[in-house]
Amino acid sequence: MVDQRDPGAAYREDVTEALHRSLGLTDAEYREIEQVLGREPNHLELAMYAVMWSEHCSYKSSKVHLRRFPTTGEHVLVGPGEGAGVVDVGDGIAAAIRIESHNHPSALEPYQGAATGAGGILRDIFSVGARPIAVMDPLRVGPLDDPRSRWLLEGIVSGVSGYGNAVGVPTVGGEVVFDETYAENPLVNVLCLGLLPVERLVLARASGVGNLAVLLGSSTGRDGIGGASMASEGFSDDGAEQAKRPAVQVGDPFEEKRLIEACLTLLDAGLAVGVQDLGAAGITGATSETAGKGESGMDVDVTVVPLREPGMEPWEIMTSESQERMLAIVTPEDLDAVVSLCERWEVQATVIGRVTDTGRYRVVRGFGGEVLADLPTTFADDVPIHERPLAVAPPRRPFAVEVPSDPQQALLDSLCDMSWVSSQYDSQLFLNTVEGPGGDATVLRLKHPTTGTDTGRALALTTDGNHRWCAADSFVGAEMVVCESVLNLACVGARPLALVNCLNFGNPEHPEVMRQLSDAIDGMSEACRAFGIPVVGGNVSLYNESRGRDIDPTPVVGLLGMVDRLDRRPPGVHLVDGASIVLLGEVTAELDLRAVSNVAALVRGLVLDGLLEGVHDIADGGLATCLGEMVARSGVGANLRGIDAAALFSEAPGRVLACVAPDSLGELRRRSAEAGADCSELGVAGGADLVVEGLVDLAVADVVRTYRDRLPAAMAAGALHE
Amino acid sequence: MTKVGVVLFPGSNCEQDAIESIRLLGGDAEVLWHGDATIGDADAVIVPGGFAHGDYLRPGAIARFSPVMGAVAAFAAAGGPVVGICNGFQVLTEAGLLPGALQKNRGLKFLCTTVSLRVDSTNSVLTSDAEAGSILRVPVNHFEGNYTCSPETLAELQGDDRIVLRYVENPNGSIDDIAGICSEGRNVVGLMPHPERACHPLLGSTDGQPLLRSLLTAAAKAQV
Repeated sequence: MVDQRDPGAAYREDVTEALHRSLGLTDAEYREIEQVLGREPNHLELAMYAVMWSEHCSYKSSKVHLRRFPTTGEHVLVGPGEGAGVVDVGDGIAAAIRIESHNHPSALEPYQGAATGAGGILRDIFSVGARPIAVMDPLRVGPLDDPRSRWLLEGIVSGVSGYGNAVGVPTVGGEVVFDETYAENPLVNVLCLGLLPVERLVLARASGVGNLAVLLGSSTGRDGIGGASMASEGFSDDGAEQAKRPAVQVGDPFEEKRLIEACLTLLDAGLAVGVQDLGAAGITGATSETAGKGESGMDVDVTVVPLREPGMEPWEIMTSESQERMLAIVTPEDLDAVVSLCERWEVQATVIGRVTDTGRYRVVRGFGGEVLADLPTTFADDVPIHERPLAVAPPRRPFAVEVPSDPQQALLDSLCDMSWVSSQYDSQLFLNTVEGPGGDATVLRLKHPTTGTDTGRALALTTDGNHRWCAADSFVGAEMVVCESVLNLACVGARPLALVNCLNFGNPEHPEVMRQLSDAIDGMSEACRAFGIPVVGGNVSLYNESRGRDIDPTPVVGLLGMVDRLDRRPPGVHLVDGASIVLLGEVTAELDLRAVSNVAALVRGLVLDGLLEGVHDIADGGLATCLGEMVARSGVGANLRGIDAAALFSEAPGRVLACVAPDSLGELRRRSAEAGADCSELGVAGGADLVVEGLVDLAVADVVRTYRDRLPAAMAAGALHE
Repeated sequence: MTKVGVVLFPGSNCEQDAIESIRLLGGDAEVLWHGDATIGDADAVIVPGGFAHGDYLRPGAIARFSPVMGAVAAFAAAGGPVVGICNGFQVLTEAGLLPGALQKNRGLKFLCTTVSLRVDSTNSVLTSDAEAGSILRVPVNHFEGNYTCSPETLAELQGDDRIVLRYVENPNGSIDDIAGICSEGRNVVGLMPHPERACHPLLGSTDGQPLLRSLLTAAAKAQV
C-alpha cells in the first residue's frame, strides 16, 4: 500500500545521489528540488524534473539574455514563449512562425534527426491552430570533401525530404553551408510557417476544472527517452555517440498528416479548449505546460497511455519523446464528438488527464488511485536561472575579407547550385510558391487558409546566418545577418514583418561562448530596432561542441515579409542581354543601419514597380559570388570594369546588384538619388563571357558548369559513416 | 456546371490544389471521401497526388481497397472520365484501371522539378484540347515515377496510341519516356506530372491548363 502523503516512498530505494547526475541534474539543482518539495523526490519525479530543467526545455542559460530582444509591434498577436509567434497579416489572416534546431539528434542519426525536426516544428504550428504551409531548412555541415560530412548531408536531406514530402507540407527554401567548424557538429535548423483565420488563434491553456486532457496520435514507446537531456550536453567520443543513438526519435509522417487534419478539424469545429504539441519532454512537457499556463492543476493517469511495448516504467512513459502525439484539452460534453472525429482520421484518442483545482501536477495510477508523483504545477518554471559568467567583451573587430590571390579561381570556387538538395523537396504544394528555393527569398501567394480567397498579396521568407561574420564579432556579425535578411526580402519586393531566430552556440559553461551569445543577441536586437522588426520567437541550441571544441557562433534568422502587391513574379537572380549592371549601396567604413534600410526601401520599390530585370543581394563571397550566380542562373555573360579585387570580394552589407533595362536607367538614378543611396553602373550584361576587367575572364559555359556540377559531383563521390 | 470529384485518402495532399485549379478554369470540384462507396454526382474524377495511406507498402497498394475505389471503377467502366495524377496514377495501376506499375526513380532520389512534356496523343480525356506534338512545361514531384510494364503491354500501348504524354528529357528512367498513358477506352488517364501546378500564371507555367480543360470538356460530355 502506498502512502498517499509520501508518493515517493515506493521508489525511494531507487534514488541514489548518482541518479540525478546521470539524469543531467546538478547537485545544486537537486537541492533546489528537495527544497521545493520539502522532501526527497522519487525516481519518476526526478526524471520529470530532469527533462523539464534541461537546457533544451528550460533555456536556463540564455533566458536572462533573451529578454533583451524587442518583441512588440502593432501586428504582433503572439510573441515569444508560446508554441509559435503569430502576426496579423491582414484580410483576417494570421501567420504563425517558428524555428527550431535538431542539431544533436541529426549528428547521431541524420535521417531521423532531420525528419523528426520537421515533424516537431509542424506540431508547434498547428498547436496554435494554424495550417502549416511552408518549411525552410537552413543546414550546416562539414566540408564537402569530407566523406562523413557527405554522409550527414545525404541523410539529413533524405530525412527532410522523406518526412516533409509525405506529410504534405512544402519545403520552400533554406540554405546549405559547408565549413570545417560543423564537421563534428552539424546544424539542422528548421523553420515552419502556418496560416490561420485570426479568430481561430488558440493557446495552450488547461482552463476549466473537470476538462479532459486527450492524448492524440501515436502510441508511446521507448524512443527518445531523455532526448531533451541529450540535446543539453556536448559530444565527447564515438562510443558515447553510439550509446546515445536510441535517444533519437523515429518519425512517421503518415501519422502526422492525419494528426494535422484531425487537430485542425477539431479546432474548426470548436471542439478543443486548447491543443499542445508533445515535443521535448513528451507527456510531462505537454501536460505540465498546459496546466502551468492555465493556473489550475492536472492529474495524469499513466496507466491508460497507449504503449508500443509492454513493461514500460512510469518514468519512461512520462518522458518518452515518441513522435506524432498531441494533447487536446476538451470539455467532457465534447468528448464523444472529439473521439468520433478522430476515428474518421484514424487517429487514436485517449483521455489521460483531468484538469483539477488542486494547483498540483500529479501522476496517478488510475484517477483517484495511487499517486506516483506530486509536484507544484509550476515545477517546470521553478528552474534556477543561470547568470553564467561572460568573458570580457572583446574589442569590436568587424569582419574583413582576405583578398584572394587568384580572383578568378576564388569566384569559381564560391559557386555551388543547391538544386541537388532542393529538388529532393516538394517545394510547390498548395500552389503558393511564386519564387522557390534558390532565389534571394521565397515568395508565397497569400490565400485565406479556410476560404482560399486570393489576397493579391504574398508572404516572403528567408533564412540567413553567417558564422564567419559572427566569429569575428558576434555583435556586428548578428547585425549583418539581419541586414542580409532585410535585403533578401527587398529583392523580392517584400518589407519585413517579424523575425524568429535559432541561436546555435557552443558550451555555455565557456565564458567566451556566453559572451558570443550575449553579443549576438544585442547585435540582433540593435538591428531589429533599427528596421522596426519584432522578434516573435526563437530557439536556443547550446552545447554545439565536439571534443571540447565549440562551433563558431551561428545565430540563424528567419525573416517573414510582406509583398504588398503581387502582380508579377519578382525579377529573380537573373541577367538579361543588353541590360546594365548597377550596384546599389556602397561599402562604408562602419555598418550604417540607416543606409541599409534606405537601400532596402529603394530596391523594394524598384521590384514592386517592375523596374528591374534581375536583382541579387551581395553577401557571402561579395560581388564576385553575386555576379557569378547571376551569370550561372541566367546563362548570360557580363562585362564589368573599374572594380579592384578588394571591392570584388568585400562582404560589406547593404548592397545589391541590379540588372536594369536601358530605358529604366534614368528612373533608377532618380530614385536612388531620392533615397540617398549610391548607384554606380558597373557594366553591361550579355555575351558569352564573364569579364571583370583585369581580374576575371571566364566563359559563361564554364561558370554554368561549375555552378551546376559542384554538389552533384561531390555527392557522387560517395559517403562514409565513421 | 460540370463537377469534378477529387478523391481524398488519408495521406493525400494535392486534393485542394486540384480543386483550386479546376475552379480557376471555370469548373466546380469537391472532395470525395475515401470511405464513402460513391462518387456522388461528379461528372469526372481526379485521384490526386500525395501519399495515400503513407505509401508504406507500394504506393497505392492499400488505397485501391478503399470503398470509393469500387465506385470509381464502376464509373470508369461506364466510360466516365477518370484522371490519376502522380500518386493517383499509382493508385489507378494498383487498382487495375491502367496497366503497368511505377517503380523508384532511376537515381533513387525524390525529384521535384519542372520538365518538358510532349503531347503524343490528343485522343484521351486529358489531352483532347491540347495540340498534338506541343511541348508543355509541367512540374513533376515524385520518388516512384519510373513507369514500367511488360513488353507486350508496351507494344499494346504504342500500337493503340495510348501513350499520351512523353518526357522530352526522361527524368526518372520511365520505359519509352512515358509520362502519361490512357486506358483502352481512353477515358482513364494516369500521369506522373502535376498539371494542376501549372495553371496559375504567377506560378511560372500555364501549360497544365489545356490538360485540365480537356478533362472539363470530357466531364461536360459525360454530363450530357
